[in-house]
Amino acid sequence: MLLKKTPDALAGEVTDKKFYLNRRKFMLAAAGVGAAALTGDKLYRLLSPSELVRAGTKLDTAKKADFAGGEKETPYKDVTSYNNFYEFGTDKYSPSGEAPKYLHPRPWTVAVEGLVKKPKTYDIDSLLKLFPLEERIYRHRCVEGWSMVIPWLGFPLGSFIQQLQPASQAKFVEFTTLYDPKQMPGQTSSVLDWPYVEGLRLDEALNPLVLLAVGLYGEALPNQNGAPIRLVVPWKYGFKSIKSVVKIKFVESQPATTWNKAGPNEYGFYSNVNPEVDHPRWSQARERRIGELLKRKTLMFNGYGDQVASLYSGMDLRKNF
Amino acid sequence: MVRKLKPLVFLACLLPLGNLAWKGLRDELGANPIEVITHSTGLWTLIFLLLTLTVTPARKLLGLPELIRFRRMLGLFAFFYVCLHFVTYIWLDKFFDLHDMAKDVVKRPFITVGFTGFVLLIPLAVTSTRKMIQRLGGKRWQWLHRLIYLSAIAGVVHFYWLVKRDETLPLTYGGILVVLLGYRVIARLPSLVSRPQPNGPPLASPVSGVGRDSS
Repeated sequence: MLLKKTPDALAGEVTDKKFYLNRRKFMLAAAGVGAAALTGDKLYRLLSPSELVRAGTKLDTAKKADFAGGEKETPYKDVTSYNNFYEFGTDKYSPSGEAPKYLHPRPWTVAVEGLVKKPKTYDIDSLLKLFPLEERIYRHRCVEGWSMVIPWLGFPLGSFIQQLQPASQAKFVEFTTLYDPKQMPGQTSSVLDWPYVEGLRLDEALNPLVLLAVGLYGEALPNQNGAPIRLVVPWKYGFKSIKSVVKIKFVESQPATTWNKAGPNEYGFYSNVNPEVDHPRWSQARERRIGELLKRKTLMFNGYGDQVASLYSGMDLRKNF
Repeated sequence: MVRKLKPLVFLACLLPLGNLAWKGLRDELGANPIEVITHSTGLWTLIFLLLTLTVTPARKLLGLPELIRFRRMLGLFAFFYVCLHFVTYIWLDKFFDLHDMAKDVVKRPFITVGFTGFVLLIPLAVTSTRKMIQRLGGKRWQWLHRLIYLSAIAGVVHFYWLVKRDETLPLTYGGILVVLLGYRVIARLPSLVSRPQPNGPPLASPVSGVGRDSS
């Protein structure tokens, strides 16, 4: 019942066409000139690994899967120009202007720490070689009441965790964003407690839907979308999907997460998308899909109940919002 | 002078709307145009309320009593923008679902207070004509129009309660409002103590001002 299909999009065809044109344009730009277009980015990879995977670089994918029930993808332009990324300003239009100027997604390392058999610091490019990249189209629902459909590129966090072999005491995974006010000028303001921290219960983190994303629309992540690597947890509000991750730590107790600290009664640790549990200040029953005029009904667990509802069986989701 | 300036000020007051329309037609309102329109019309409502409240202190402090002639226009523009703001909400957010709107107004404090601020402005707009001033009588009219203080406070609170985290802007407008209302309190203090003017408070004299204005 909770998983009933959403009605078809009511928006006109105009956006559709524009989206395809846009996409083609970006693909062409990404393909670059001459030989690069022919040989793909494998050659790039061999020649200059550190230059690889900057925004716009085309990425190879092994598998493609639509997890959004055939819903229309949100135009690239909107996905990359309407971002909550407080490290680059508190309005949603700043990050696309600021992040490309300041953030350097290479060189980049991701440290794996805590209750794990194999703690290690990974260079981003070697991390990218560990798993084949998959394209997954997910719905993305912001706590503010808007949503998108985004074709992400990445690999399942679960595969990575299994390889790392967390200790039996590990119950939670804590993720941390880069802290460097020179690269993230918004961190000079005290609007949030820096660095940004997010967390999942270990069984949530192991759910096959959770992605470590490194790209979208077939290309490396633009900086404003969380380059070079970010979390994507499609059944939770967007702020759980932490961007520009530098640390993954396995811990025993529930991590103190940034928005939860900022507003404990407004942003819960779980923050599962739930149309029945309102934000204290606004309803979560409906959402505005970017590009559509009418609001649509918000789905329980953002429509991923089949895959994730069992994680919360027996839990009071009103209390554990 | 005022006569010449008025059409210019009128046109200037339309610029925020013109800007929205221009950008809207050129598809430059970003990924979420409805949000931009909602925020922009709300923001300009607040700015026009504050401008309206600036007229009286500016007249006194700058010694420019003729500024009164702009006050009604500024106030009506505040009402104009709040109407646009409300229409955006009821149409593009609620799709004219009045029941849903009523639920919102009751349940969500930031909407309750914003809606209150809007409703308070309606009698002010309705009684803004010279005829209405005459019918009500200056003193009663003046009392009625003090509702703008409450409306502006409601506007600032509405804004403050709706932002997620960064309160810089609502606090800025709140600060300006405190100054503007504070001026009125301070300006009244001596008259409360010594009552030097039996003809009424030394503040705005809307009757003569507005009357002259529309003649």
